[in-house]
Order: sequence, then C-alpha cells, then structure tokens
Amino acid sequence: MDVLESGTAGRLDTLPEQAGSQPAVEIAHLRKTYGPLVAVDDVSFSVAEGEIFGILGPNGAGKTTTVECAIGLRTPDAGTIRLMGLDPQADAARLHEVVGVQLQTSALPDKLRVGEILDMYRSFYRHPADVGELIEVLGLAGKRKDYYRSLSGGQRQRLSVALALVGQPKIAVLDEMTTGLDPQARRDAWALIEGIRDRGVTIVLVTHFMEEAERLCDRVALIDHGRVVALDTPAGLATRAAGGKRVRFAPSAPFEDGLLRALPEVTAVEHDGQHIVVTGTGELVNAVILALASAGVTARDVQLDSSNLEDAFVKLTGRQQDTKEGATS
Amino acid sequence: MSTLALSKPRLGASTGSAPRAAFGQIVRNEVRLALRRPIGLIGGVGLPVALLIIFGQIPAFKQVLPSFGGGSIFDAYVPVLMCFGLALLALVGLPNPLVSYRELGVLRRLSTTPVPRSWLLAAQGVVQLGTAVITVAAVLVISITAFGVPVPKSPGGLVVSLLLAIAGLFAIGLLIAALARTTTAVNVIGRVVFFPMMFFAGLWLPRAEMPRVLLDVSNYTPLGAMVQAVQASMKTGFPPVAPLLVLAAYAVVFGYLARRFFRWE
Repeated sequence: MDVLESGTAGRLDTLPEQAGSQPAVEIAHLRKTYGPLVAVDDVSFSVAEGEIFGILGPNGAGKTTTVECAIGLRTPDAGTIRLMGLDPQADAARLHEVVGVQLQTSALPDKLRVGEILDMYRSFYRHPADVGELIEVLGLAGKRKDYYRSLSGGQRQRLSVALALVGQPKIAVLDEMTTGLDPQARRDAWALIEGIRDRGVTIVLVTHFMEEAERLCDRVALIDHGRVVALDTPAGLATRAAGGKRVRFAPSAPFEDGLLRALPEVTAVEHDGQHIVVTGTGELVNAVILALASAGVTARDVQLDSSNLEDAFVKLTGRQQDTKEGATS
Repeated sequence: MSTLALSKPRLGASTGSAPRAAFGQIVRNEVRLALRRPIGLIGGVGLPVALLIIFGQIPAFKQVLPSFGGGSIFDAYVPVLMCFGLALLALVGLPNPLVSYRELGVLRRLSTTPVPRSWLLAAQGVVQLGTAVITVAAVLVISITAFGVPVPKSPGGLVVSLLLAIAGLFAIGLLIAALARTTTAVNVIGRVVFFPMMFFAGLWLPRAEMPRVLLDVSNYTPLGAMVQAVQASMKTGFPPVAPLLVLAAYAVVFGYLARRFFRWE
C-alpha cells in the first residue's frame, strides 16, 4: 500500500469537453426496462481518459444497471454506449480485453488458492499483468498460497480488484468496492484506486459513500430514478445544491436585521433563539463580521456550515442518503 | 443440441479472442476443486467400488443362476454399480458446482472477461467425464481381475453404450443445473431423481427378477436402458438398438431442455 500513497496528488482538472481526446466512456440516452420497471430512463455522460468518475445515487436509482449495460452484461433498450470506442454488445470480446470489472456481489470458490485464481484469470488475457507485481501492489503478496475461504473481507475485495486489473485494462469499473470494509481498509482501497489511476487507468467508480466520492472522484454523476440529476465535480455539486453558505452566531447585542440584509453577500437572515442564521454567498463570514463590527456588535459562537456532497445528494434527490456502513444490498 | 455439443467450448463470432490456454487453466482449477472437495469422487467412484467389493464377498452372489442368463447375481450387479457411480456424478456432481458458480457470481464475473462463460460449463463436463471414465474403468477392472467376471464380449458395444448413457445422464444433470436455484435444491432434486432411477436399474431388485410391468418401465428409464445395453455388451455382443435409442433420446430431449432453461444469473 505504501507504494501507492505517494501518487495521490494531482487531480485531473480538465473536463472531457476540454481534454479534446476521445473519451474513455461515452454513454448517450441509455434506457433499460425490466417489464414495467424502468431501471434506467435516460442516462448520458462521458468519462475522459485518466479520470476517476463517480456514479452516485440511492439504492435502486439505476447505477448498477447503467454499469451492467456499459460492460455488456445487459442489453440496453435504447441509447448508445462506447468504451474505448467499442460497443459492449457488438465488440464484447475486444471490450472485455480492455475493460476490467469488479462486480458488487461476486465471490469465488472457497477451496481455490489466491495464486491459482490469479493464474487462471491471467490466462484469459493476451497482455496480462505480472501477477507478482499485482499482488504486491494490492497487499496480497503473502496470501498467494491461502485459500479464498481464509481471506478477510478486505482481502477478498482486493483480490476482486486484482482480477479486474490482471488483464491490464484501460478502464476499470469498480462497483461498490469499499462496501463492507472497515474504515482502515476503505482508506487503503482509496489509496489503491488513486494508485491505479496514476498508472493511466480510467476509473468508473459506483458508490453510495459520499465521503468516498468527495475524496476520490474528479467528477460525479448523480443518478436518481434512472436519470442523471447532476453532473459536476464533487465541490461544484455541493456548492450548487446548497445555494450558498450559512453562518450561525450569537450577537453580543441586539441589532437591526437590515444591517446584514443590505450586504450584497447576504440572501437571508433568520433568528433561531439566541442565534442568528445568515445565508449567502462569496466571502460571507468576512462581510457579516465587518458589518457587525461597524455597528459595535461582536459575533460569538460562530459556526460556518459548509455544505458537502451529502447535502447536495439530499437536495438533488430529495432523500436521505444511506450512510450506514455496508448498508447496501 | 445434445449434451456433447454443450461440453465443447463453443466459439461464437464475438468470443474468438480468448487465449486457448485459458481452457486448460479452467480445467486445472476444476480438477483441484474436485480433489479438495472429494464428495463427488467419494460418491461417484468410491461408493460403487466399495459396494462392488462388498458384493464380491457374499457367497450367494457368486452362484450361477439360470434365471440370470447363465451369470451370477454378482455379474448382474456390475452394470448396476456402474450406473450408481455415473448417476451420482451426473445428477449431483455435475450440477452442484455449476449452480454454486451461479450462486457465487462466478459465471457473472466470467462474463466480464474475454473468456466465454460456457467454457466453465465445458470444463466441468470434462472433469465429470474424466471421473466417469475412472468409475467405469475401476468397476470393470476390479470385477474382472478380482471377482472373475468375464471380459466383455463387445468392447465396442460397451463403449457406445456407456457414451450414450453418459450423454443422457449428463443432459439430465444439466437440466437440474438449469432448474435448481441453490446447491441445496440440487442435492434434493438429485436424490429424488437418483433413487427411483437406481430402483429401475435393479439396485434392490435385479432386472432379471422384475415382474413384466416393472421391466417394461425400466426399459424406458435411463438407467434401465443403460443396464440393458451394458449387460448385453458384456455377455452377448453388440447391444440391441432399443436401449441405445432410449439413451440417445434422453440426451437429445434433456440436452435441449437444459439449453432452453439454463440461466447464467
């Protein structure tokens, strides 16, 4: 894991529109229904090469179906999908050569050893990775002779990621890869993902952990009811959804609300018992404190609510996100 | 459409790029699994061989009886015990891993690689076929060398009979794999099918002593037909066409149904 820690800096700031090259993933107007159930209504997005792209959304929003269509496990009802320019249905074999997939629920036989599993999956590809190096990077080096049965949850997950990478893919699709991991294992997994990206692999990450998306993703598509409801950087999403910032404080003396309402940064002033809550944009805190000072009032107990992706999620989907660890089906 | 078509890697237009060596690797891991979880080997090879040796110790079984066509009860049990091993392999040994791979998501994972998932089915078929060959060989060799059973009159007929029987039984096993959702269900269905089939093979009541009606039914069951064909190959010569046709019909019909109903997920 240490090997990878060094490579966590340097996010891609260029969006695919600006990057100019062919996108690694291009999905346009994807639609998939199961009988009367519309799993994916209309999903479009593209992912630039080298990007870590997050697909975020509540359970049942259509994330997994979108991914399953993208990797050719399901046939879409409508829309076009291209991964590295390949159609998942028409060019399935070539696509599977360049796209590595880690599926949400996919175990392996208990009585096979880690090395045996890796050697077998390695033989599936024409330009496979070096197994020794791969297990070194994934922290499984000492586990080669161990049965799958004896691996911990985190080790199984890493083996699963190793199988997704053993073909040296250009794109890695990781579905809920940190679900069910303890916090330390999750952090290790994040470092791992950044390390993989630093090797030039484009990553599509399906997740329902806000913190994970915030920490890792260059851009995030928020999917709900089978549609992309927002597509932006995690920070951009958070700012957009929250409609600004909030400052909460207790004034040392009463004052007229108009004092603050007059400020261009302020959009609203509310009273909450002893406290005053000011909503606004820009350098809100500075503006508020300066204005108060000019009226001889000081602000005590100042709290700044900076909104995050979680707020954006709630705001954009109108639901509370499931933040309990491992609470996904 | 038969099982045999299923048990060969089918290389469709979109699946041509997986390296051939991959199939060998899959088979190798399937063999490892079979050896590490030897329930299949114990039931499919160990049990029939053990029963053979036990029956060989019973003096009454060695008597030559006119009602057994000039053979002994022991001679009559040789094909029955072959049936026993092959049926266990086909009805439990074959579907069990396939259903567990579906349960575990192994088949799903495989379909995200360049290797067609049918290769795993084929590899499983190869392993079970190999085990079936061991069962038949062990039963034959032990019964001929240790218990004085005559060498088969028609080795060619025996091979044809056994291949058709294996095709028919594997087709039934694949249909079980297609219909069962869990490995528990496989074990239940496998057993429910196994015991009546073994009855008609003559495990409890040798075919030579079955009343006319039972014998007529037995002739149309896969194991009844198999015993009929194997017995003929061993004692008289190339078997009659009827049991061979029955076995072939099982292979075709159940092979078709298995293909029709098999779910990958």
